[in-house]
Amino acid sequence: MALNNYNDLNEMQLDVLREMGNIGTGNAAMALAEMLATPIDISVPTVQILDYEATMESMGGPETMIVGLLLSFDGDINGMIMFLLEKDFAHMMINTLMGEDTEVFDPEDPVSNSALTEVGNIMAASYVNAIASMTNMRINLSVPDMSIDMLGAILSVPAIHYANISDKIIMIQNQLQGNNTSASNRILMLPDVDSLQKIMTALGIEDL
Amino acid sequence: MAHAPDILVTFALGSCVGICLYDPHIKLGGLSHILLPDSTSQKPVSTPYRFADSAIPLLLRRMESMGANRRFIKAKIAGGAQMFATVGNASLSNVGQRNVMAVRQALAKLGIPIIADDTGKNFGRTLYFNVEDGTMRIQSASKGEWTL
Repeated sequence: MALNNYNDLNEMQLDVLREMGNIGTGNAAMALAEMLATPIDISVPTVQILDYEATMESMGGPETMIVGLLLSFDGDINGMIMFLLEKDFAHMMINTLMGEDTEVFDPEDPVSNSALTEVGNIMAASYVNAIASMTNMRINLSVPDMSIDMLGAILSVPAIHYANISDKIIMIQNQLQGNNTSASNRILMLPDVDSLQKIMTALGIEDL
Repeated sequence: MAHAPDILVTFALGSCVGICLYDPHIKLGGLSHILLPDSTSQKPVSTPYRFADSAIPLLLRRMESMGANRRFIKAKIAGGAQMFATVGNASLSNVGQRNVMAVRQALAKLGIPIIADDTGKNFGRTLYFNVEDGTMRIQSASKGEWTL
């Protein structure tokens, strides 16, 4: 049976995604630590298939303020990646990157924005490279777009785009620690469903 | 749907559009929250409340079955933002705008006038629809709040 929906993923296929999540998160932690010149500890990530409702509840409800970074990828596979960073962690990263100690995080500041965009770039590349190197695929990544707003409004973007395919998303969650700040970050992997099938086929994982 | 003095709420509208229909004579209000412009791509339509073209007539019919009169019903709409500036994907980047257009069309087709319109731009909105007086209060994360 071909994959039609994220729900169709079986345990073994989920394990593959978990492993990709692991490798990607490891890459991301190294890249971040290098960029921030500070050690970043990262917990073993969890990978879950969740619906939007549950995602929002687990993050404090639809009106929670969040930093959302959205990238799209194309090439051998197509889809989107979305990062959801807690505001405090975003603030810490900006301060560390800029060598500043601003009290408040100003979402309108263009320098902060471009710094965060760069962080998104590096993190997304870490995950995409994990997939590309495991599958030998060519994947191009777009420049990230950022929005700092209510969680529900930000999540509506992938929810609408994939409304006819799935009510669920693949969510990688990890705990990042650095500079006395700890934050739980979420990465939503949103490959088109036929791309997900391609990944599984490339890895030789057919249905069992 | 609700009668006065209730308040209907929809949280954190992004590219979605919230549609408030109100019959002031019987103080009956209905709120619909749509995700996509049209249902024709889905066959059969299993989730009509998601689409502008199917959700609005359904809401109107339900209000009429509760005694509302179409001649008195007016609409207030909000949402349809573009949350991310420049997404490479064209179908994604203007979905908010397409939602707003579809909502306007659906309302025009039913002969319901839009008396307040707070749509577009680039921020999320939470919508409180007060069925006592038909006012729509919008709360945003960074731009404050206002009432229409």
